[in-house]
Amino acid sequence: MAKEEKRSIRGPIIGMVVAGAALLGLGAVAPPSFMAHFTVFVLACFVGYMVIWNVTAALHTPLMSVTNAISSIIIIGALLQVSSTNPVIMWIALATALITSINIAGGFAVTRRMLEMFRK
Amino acid sequence: MIGAGVVTASYIAATILFILALGGLSNQETARRGNWYGITGMAIALVATVLGVVTANYVMLLVALLIGGSIGLLLARRVQMTQMPELVAILHSLVGLAAVAVGFANFMDPSVHFEGVELTIHDIETYLGVLIGAVTFSGSVIAFGKLSGRITGSPMLLPARHWMNLLLLIGAIWFGREFVLQSAAGGGVEPLIIMTVIALLFGIHMVMAIGGADMPVVVSMLNSYSGWAASATGFMLNNDLLIVTGALVGSSGAILSYIMCRAMNRRFLAVIAGGFGTGGGAVAKGGGEDQGEVVPIEPLETAELLSNAKEIMIIPGYGMAVAQAQHTVFEITRVLREKGKNVRFGIHPVAGRMPGHMNVLLAEAKVPYDIVFEMDEVNEDFPDVDVSVVIGANDIVNPSALTDPDSPIAGMPVLECWKGKVSIVLKRSMATGYAGVQNPLFFEENTRMLFGDAKATLDEVLKDL
Repeated sequence: MAKEEKRSIRGPIIGMVVAGAALLGLGAVAPPSFMAHFTVFVLACFVGYMVIWNVTAALHTPLMSVTNAISSIIIIGALLQVSSTNPVIMWIALATALITSINIAGGFAVTRRMLEMFRK
Repeated sequence: MIGAGVVTASYIAATILFILALGGLSNQETARRGNWYGITGMAIALVATVLGVVTANYVMLLVALLIGGSIGLLLARRVQMTQMPELVAILHSLVGLAAVAVGFANFMDPSVHFEGVELTIHDIETYLGVLIGAVTFSGSVIAFGKLSGRITGSPMLLPARHWMNLLLLIGAIWFGREFVLQSAAGGGVEPLIIMTVIALLFGIHMVMAIGGADMPVVVSMLNSYSGWAASATGFMLNNDLLIVTGALVGSSGAILSYIMCRAMNRRFLAVIAGGFGTGGGAVAKGGGEDQGEVVPIEPLETAELLSNAKEIMIIPGYGMAVAQAQHTVFEITRVLREKGKNVRFGIHPVAGRMPGHMNVLLAEAKVPYDIVFEMDEVNEDFPDVDVSVVIGANDIVNPSALTDPDSPIAGMPVLECWKGKVSIVLKRSMATGYAGVQNPLFFEENTRMLFGDAKATLDEVLKDL
């Protein structure tokens, strides 16, 4: 019985050791600004994990449409370039702003429409 | 122009509001408010960025936003709930495309300048953002095609497809190395473009190889990828709001994919590697075996059974939506409840084309959400159920998933309606479902088959009630 327990723990332990080594290796080479962002990223993944498991299964479709809407925050990347003096960059940025705003408006609107339908 | 500190503070506010928006989805009452939190957060972030970062071309930007916004609102108003999976797929593709575009625009920007390790890290972030974005874009376009019926639902299994994928992957890594090296010397656009093409091909190939039955997993997976693309872009731009939002969306999609896979008892890697039923035996057995006889039933008898029942369980599948029968189902539910019966709906996690799809279809038909339950909530109650009505669903009520280890759907949790007193199955004919598997439920003693188009037969039942 003890042998089975040892075998089932070995896998996760090996995984943790490998992940830990990778993390330390990353810390050894990466600049401090990256590590700061990486900290935020790791925390956000945990927050995401906890928050999403709390979503009721009945609302999984609105979840998909609203996460799609908020992922359009990538429009910030386009806004950073829209003032560029390089016309190619500017047009790429404008086009990107256009297509992401389709996502923003469409995503939130369709989510709202779906949520309105759920009545007792 | 507002200061950088104010912009960052707005981003923090937006982050909080986005998290609250997702948190609000824990139940139907708080969800509506949550959506408004999300909208507010997005608005704050947009206004702050425009005021703090944009220094020229305001009018053109406004026009672009208005055009895009109008298209989005129009789509949202016109889309049918049965088309939600396609809509979500095509919207994901837009995020992927945006990630690619932002990656290139940022790379070409001469004012962005790094040295040494910082340059390497920045290049890797750029590369990853464009790669994941491209895969998301092309994969989502193909998913849209499959879900809307424009592309065949059957998996396109090229010979040596695993080798092809491996080749593409090695290519992507190789050009990644090229890109980083060339970028240090001032160049690098060519490897980036080549990688983009590779990634696009990979996305197309990956989703083409996946069968229609696995679409719920694919849509969730692409949802996840669009999040990770946004996160990678956030690293590239040193923007925490993007990083956090991307991580939220990425984990959301990943969790949904996991739930879908668990509900089909299939490993995720097996699903995305392509094909279907490559797990427990490729050929469905029992094609020519004599499994017994089915007992057909008429709408009038069905109405009688329902009128005499006290506990009723309705098990809808995607076929109900295809037949546009959900409104009739609601009418029948209403009549039965007025007669004092307890009507419940049992929803299997993979019923429909995407997670939660059946719930939305039922909500649209005005079915009150407090009588709509998940499979795990009601599966134990079947011995007390008088009549189960299975509409447009097949594999999700197939007992061989539990009894036959060689079945392609072996191990998949199913709704155990045969344990109730009577099951009435509505089907157009005796044809098999998605999995191509025969369903022993039809031949059970206490099962009655109600043949015909679901809407037409249910209209009859409603009249007879």
